[in-house]
Amino acid sequence: MKSIHSPHLRLLVLAAALLAFPLVFSSPFYRDIGVTFLLAAISASAWNIVGGYAGQVSVGHSMFFGLGAYTPLLFYTLFGWSPLAGIPVGIVLSVALAVVIGTPTFRLTGHYFSMATIAVAELIRIFVGTWDLVGAAIGLQGPAVARGWWDLTFRSELPYYYIFLAVLAVVLLTTATIERRRFGFYLRAIKASERAARSLGVPVRRTKLQALALSAAFTSVAGSLYACKTGFIDPDSGFGILVSVQMVIVAALGGAGLLFGPLLGAAILIPLQTATNTWFGGGGSGLTYILYGGIIVLIARFEPGGLFELWHRVRAMRRRPARAA
Amino acid sequence: MPDCGGRQGRRGRAQQPMVVVQVIVGGLLLGAIYALFSSGLTLIWGMMNFINFAHGEFVMLGMYVALLTVVWLTGGPAIFAVAAAVALAALGVAIYFSLIRHVIRGPMLAQILSTFGLALLLRYAAFFVFSANFRSLPPNALSGTINLAGVYLPVAQLVAGVAAIALTLALHLLLTNTTVGSKLLAVAEDRTAAMLMGIRPDRMQALAWGLSAGAAGIAGALMATAYPWSPTVGETFGLIAFVVVALGGFGSVLGSLYAGLIIGLIQAVSAYWLGAIYKDIVVYGLFVALLWFRPQGLMGKA
Repeated sequence: MKSIHSPHLRLLVLAAALLAFPLVFSSPFYRDIGVTFLLAAISASAWNIVGGYAGQVSVGHSMFFGLGAYTPLLFYTLFGWSPLAGIPVGIVLSVALAVVIGTPTFRLTGHYFSMATIAVAELIRIFVGTWDLVGAAIGLQGPAVARGWWDLTFRSELPYYYIFLAVLAVVLLTTATIERRRFGFYLRAIKASERAARSLGVPVRRTKLQALALSAAFTSVAGSLYACKTGFIDPDSGFGILVSVQMVIVAALGGAGLLFGPLLGAAILIPLQTATNTWFGGGGSGLTYILYGGIIVLIARFEPGGLFELWHRVRAMRRRPARAA
Repeated sequence: MPDCGGRQGRRGRAQQPMVVVQVIVGGLLLGAIYALFSSGLTLIWGMMNFINFAHGEFVMLGMYVALLTVVWLTGGPAIFAVAAAVALAALGVAIYFSLIRHVIRGPMLAQILSTFGLALLLRYAAFFVFSANFRSLPPNALSGTINLAGVYLPVAQLVAGVAAIALTLALHLLLTNTTVGSKLLAVAEDRTAAMLMGIRPDRMQALAWGLSAGAAGIAGALMATAYPWSPTVGETFGLIAFVVVALGGFGSVLGSLYAGLIIGLIQAVSAYWLGAIYKDIVVYGLFVALLWFRPQGLMGKA
């Protein structure tokens, strides 16, 4: 409302904070958290396009993430190509898969889509785990030592941080553009009521399919970035259900269908996850996932709009008495 | 009558056609249990247009309730099966009142996230409490194998399969032939109209959740008699229940009985001819094919 709170200024502060973070917190530990945060934010923002804006809740987005993660490392393993060559192929495969899944399920109600995504992701995970060409259960490795910058294999976290930040900016910019275009209004109309949207002439199935394809493309890029950074991928870290879970929870915690929802969700969840892993010793006990499950249930039960909506409500409640006075 | 021949011995003694019969019968018996827990999922879908992503976890919890009943109370099969059904039915009703009732009219995201988060919570809570190790029930009245005209079957598998078919049919009869069933279907048909007829929809829906979770729980207990399990089996069972319900038609208990038997058969046959790793791939592949070509299911109307 006031000039200090103008959206442009806030955006500038956010951008400056993200740019400065790894320079201020320069220890590898914090930089690693920063990179993990950015990756979670990219994946969740990508999920947000179809899951948040269009309201088509995919719980199997790991299929696109995994495709994006496997293709660069597969091309490296088979032909010694730079991971950069595999990224576009991953995108093409993910978009194709999105069309294959979206075409039949978008004829039906939302639950079918969720069920189909979880089943297809699981199908691919098991299949990849038995397929020797892609490393079966062991997985694939990327270049151990970089032959050049184009191998996207760096010793320091810093290059990853800024590459990821640039990709995040692209995803958010695309989403922000969509928000203002007719496409964005179509998506929100579909989310509010599919039948009403159709009666107003919104091409429902085509719009949902386009949203899924765009979301799949970005998710695939997130997978590629993950694979380049860790230099290793196996069926569980690529196609596992928890990969999908993280995208959903990060977006829903901050606010699904909001531009900066995934950012807020990732900013809370990633440090929390790091902390629980440190306190309870890795994921071995499964406590992190108990926490995830609990958070998801609480969001669904009490605050389906996410923390942004809660914040807006609290602010509105505080402002009302002030105005009355 | 019980014959305690080991697995190797059985393979060696039996003729090739007998092995095939054994694979088929084993698949059908497992399929009967699939049918039982899937009928719970389809009941909720038919009643409330709602998919319970935690349904497989209910089955898994039923298995652990059976284990705890045997270990703590040294109860026999009849006792632990009832214990699992009662415990899970209570859990189902509790979940309905504390969670489902509040999200059912909310946005789609909340509906899907609520049970999806619940699934994670239950799965990893079980993981935390019982560890990731595979468990099986200690030897009980159902241990041992039986020889039916040259087909060797574990007694537990036979009893569990037959009981599962009987229970699924009982659920079907409950829905179609009793006053309570009519009330349940009335609420499913038109909530407001049912309310005007003096039916309390909230109670009926809570009852549906109790029946659904109870069916999953008793299916879990039955399965625990014959198969070992770990906390993560719920994920597989949940997916199998989706496939069964998609094949049988959403909301049809009888449909899920046929579909459960078919899926069990397909799994057993593909495990026998293609290898154990491929049995899930075949089933999930079938699911995707179904969504493409016959999304309304076998028994569903177009």
